[in-house]
Amino acid sequence: MTEAAWIDAALTSARPQAVGALLRYFRNLDTAEEAFQNACLRALKTWPQNGPPRDPAAWLIMVGRNVAIDEVRRSSRHQALPEDDQAISDLDDAESAIAERLDGSHYRDDILRLLFICCHPELPATQQIALALRIVSGLSVKQIARAFLVSEAAMEQRITRAKARVAGAKVPFETPGAMERGERLASVAAMIYLIFNEGYSASGDTAEIRKPLCEEAIRLARLLLRLFPSEPEIMGLAALLMLQHARAAARFDADGAVILLEDQDRSQWNQPMIAEGLALIDKAMRHRRSGPYQVQAAVAALHARAERPEDTDWKQIDLLYGALEIMQPSPVVTLNRAVAVSKSRGPAAALEMIEPLAARLSNYFHYFGVRGALLMQLGRNDEARVAFDRAIALANTSAEAAHIRMHLDRLIRDSQPGAARDGSKAGKKS
Amino acid sequence: MLYAILCYHDEDFVGSWSKEQDAAVMKKLAVVQDKLTRQGRLGPVARLLPTTAAATLRKEEPPVVLDGPYAETKEQLLGFYVVDCKNLDEALDVARELGAANPGGAYEIRPIGVFAPGNALK
Repeated sequence: MTEAAWIDAALTSARPQAVGALLRYFRNLDTAEEAFQNACLRALKTWPQNGPPRDPAAWLIMVGRNVAIDEVRRSSRHQALPEDDQAISDLDDAESAIAERLDGSHYRDDILRLLFICCHPELPATQQIALALRIVSGLSVKQIARAFLVSEAAMEQRITRAKARVAGAKVPFETPGAMERGERLASVAAMIYLIFNEGYSASGDTAEIRKPLCEEAIRLARLLLRLFPSEPEIMGLAALLMLQHARAAARFDADGAVILLEDQDRSQWNQPMIAEGLALIDKAMRHRRSGPYQVQAAVAALHARAERPEDTDWKQIDLLYGALEIMQPSPVVTLNRAVAVSKSRGPAAALEMIEPLAARLSNYFHYFGVRGALLMQLGRNDEARVAFDRAIALANTSAEAAHIRMHLDRLIRDSQPGAARDGSKAGKKS
Repeated sequence: MLYAILCYHDEDFVGSWSKEQDAAVMKKLAVVQDKLTRQGRLGPVARLLPTTAAATLRKEEPPVVLDGPYAETKEQLLGFYVVDCKNLDEALDVARELGAANPGGAYEIRPIGVFAPGNALK
């Protein structure tokens, strides 16, 4: 790595700790962020000369604090002080002192507070995510806007509004107690999951642009796991994100069309990432404290373990979705379970399972995709065609629509006399 | 004399490398490894998964399993095994057996991400 890349990586990794601590000190997001930016500028100037500090986060906190305090003094006196680096010349001593005081538990509370402020209950989810990506991850407004496919001005506004709301709300800055910590952990986990899904649900033509969201979510999940190394649900969350993202390279074809799980080139799956995900879910299961992230990760693990699609343990997946239905009842979970059921117990059983969902999923693309595929497998082609037509009408992206159209074409072709019926693949998630 | 070279680094820092940065480092390492391989001097090489994937068996009576790498600072790394296990439970069983033969201290169980067996060394 070049020196610039090295420093860049050091700043990125120190960011959550440093901004978190500066926020505890200044109790204002804008000030904390600005102080961190200023500290980074100093780092770019002094690190190449003096070499990297022993603890980059402590260095940045110290410098950020001093620079911000100087700033306040300067503006209150309405006169410029000499631009002096003298004030921070004794940094080495100061740094070791602060590094000793800032042990792991300090960092943990600071980062947790920072993440929690970003998912403040008064903020809508879109603002929570935008704020977290800006403040915790340090992505530029331009990068975030690009990933969310909105204009830079609109994203700027979203973040400003979120900051104003946080400033207006009474945010407690005390070290959270055990109960609060547990509650915060759950909402932070949910926010990380949302960030991931925002990136993962991208369609073919935008997948490349939105991939950084998935990577950032994984980075945040790893961070959270280091803070709470014995929480099985956080292990499950990290495992889930890694196991899903490991398939990224195989999910779309050259034209940006969706490639279904069973048609993906499994040699393109990211094996080191799968290995890490499997190790984490393996470790989580030993706690015997199951939760929705662990169950979903276990499903993803079964897919990842199958060398060929036909090796997939659908029976086990059916059971896992059954467990998820109990923990987190939702028609979408039942729909996913039905896909596993169609593989292990046949399309008729699966169709029976999804019939009662019709009213609640009457506007859900995947419902009609799955329904159409099941009907097609049962040879009920006319009904299948109706379901596929409905799916196309509800498609969120052109890639989804094109995918269903492909099955519809096959259906029309296959319904010609003498043609073999084969098309069990429509509508499932990749 | 054979020597083990143990790699230490700040995990937060390595974890914040982009895929490209990581690949660049691995490529440079491969150049050194290739040279040693040609000379017949390179044994096994392993890249461990992050400590978040680790568990520790403290060899008390009965042994206690903890999440994460919790070897105490007064304990030093004395050696390591590479074992092939189906899952963490199996690896813990092996560690327990080893622990019964060799009381005190702890075994950290870290999944291996990349493993190259290398040559047999004299």
